[in-house]
Amino acid sequence: MQKTYYDPADLKKFSKISDWNEELGEKFFDYYGKVFEAGALSEREKSLIALAVSHTVQCPYCIDAYTGDALQRGITKEEMMEALHVSAAIRGGASLVHGVQMMNKVNKLEM
Amino acid sequence: MTQKSLHKRNNKLAQSQEQLDFLANGIFKNGELPTFKTKLAETGIDTLTAGSLEVLQINVGYMCNQVCEHCHVDAGPDRKEIMTKDTMQQCLEVIKTTKAHTLDLTGGAPEMNPNFRWFVEEASKAGIKDFIVRSNLTIIRANKKYHDLPDFFKKHNIHVVSSMPHWTQGKTDKQRGKGVFNQSIQALKDLNAVGYGMPGSNLKLDLVYNPSGAFLPANQSAMEKDFKHALLDDFGIQFHNLFAITNLPISRFLDYLIASENYEDYMYALVEAYNPQATKSVMCTNTLSISWDGFLYDCDFNQMLELPVNSKIKHISDYNETLLNGRQIVTSQHCYGCTAGAGSSCQGNVA
Repeated sequence: MQKTYYDPADLKKFSKISDWNEELGEKFFDYYGKVFEAGALSEREKSLIALAVSHTVQCPYCIDAYTGDALQRGITKEEMMEALHVSAAIRGGASLVHGVQMMNKVNKLEM
Repeated sequence: MTQKSLHKRNNKLAQSQEQLDFLANGIFKNGELPTFKTKLAETGIDTLTAGSLEVLQINVGYMCNQVCEHCHVDAGPDRKEIMTKDTMQQCLEVIKTTKAHTLDLTGGAPEMNPNFRWFVEEASKAGIKDFIVRSNLTIIRANKKYHDLPDFFKKHNIHVVSSMPHWTQGKTDKQRGKGVFNQSIQALKDLNAVGYGMPGSNLKLDLVYNPSGAFLPANQSAMEKDFKHALLDDFGIQFHNLFAITNLPISRFLDYLIASENYEDYMYALVEAYNPQATKSVMCTNTLSISWDGFLYDCDFNQMLELPVNSKIKHISDYNETLLNGRQIVTSQHCYGCTAGAGSSCQGNVA
């Protein structure tokens, strides 16, 4: 048994998920591939969204994969970091906006 | 930024045998990854064979005004290998009779060869359909004596193919040296000013993109769109096509991969991206590379690895196109670079 939860080499084995449920695995990877095709958004824009979301969900595999993907597409460090700040702002904002709930509760309970 | 070639630094990877040994050992020897020959066999290809010659590529010398981090030639100001006028004369005899439709001059910076202009003037008389000069752009701005190169290229209807790793200064200068970006932009403006790269112009100006690190190039047409958009918006520069070229794991790029501990991951990426379709039209099947001293190779990469053609014709002085056609291509693990994804060649994607 490996001693750490994450091993970079496991990313290469992602497709093996289908080994234990071929039908759902294949449906997922078909869907995944389709999602990243150019549509109303370009592949480049989708790559930046994926990079930002990877940080939000704190997935080390996804961060590895979409940092590499961004570099391949010629996306600059400045663009990558700005995308991450969008992720961080939403994440921080999501905590802070619940402050309204806290304030509502305090206002209701306090005399 | 590298200042000297591997040769000048006495780096052991300056020796082609050291590179070939490295590529044959480690993950390829212990079976972690299949060798290129094994991969070919797995996909039903026994050997790669040269078809009819289409592209004659001549390397007129390894001297260059730049010392790029990724350079597979290990070119630089300290390299003294330069094609002589005698060897050029031998090349001209071949150029007059070849059935190739494309003549491709490369280096180093080919313009630094003292007989470059004479050679271009003579070679252009042969009337080959597509006459390419691979120019690094900065040479045009490096010295007054090169400032008129755009007019010279125009006069001889040269197809200019130039390196440009990114549309931003930071990425370009990191790979190719401080100040390269601004000089390249000025050189592109000079080329545009005489008509190169303009929409509908017969004066062809194409750019070569190769990744500035241990990753593969993305979709060529998407990159072209981004390059065109950025260069036009930011600098008013136009060009025709973008060729996306994969960095092959040899010479200075191999040295970089090893030093940055990216070698194994990069080779994994290349092997995983192996595309049998690209293999069928890989450039060595229609190209012949001639070195500064007149020896013959399947491609410029094999030239740098000193892997001569598998033919009894080894030198330009014995040139026989019929005998060279049908030769078996000499391969090693670096060949994965040309078969990854949409394939890679000096003319960009092949699949």
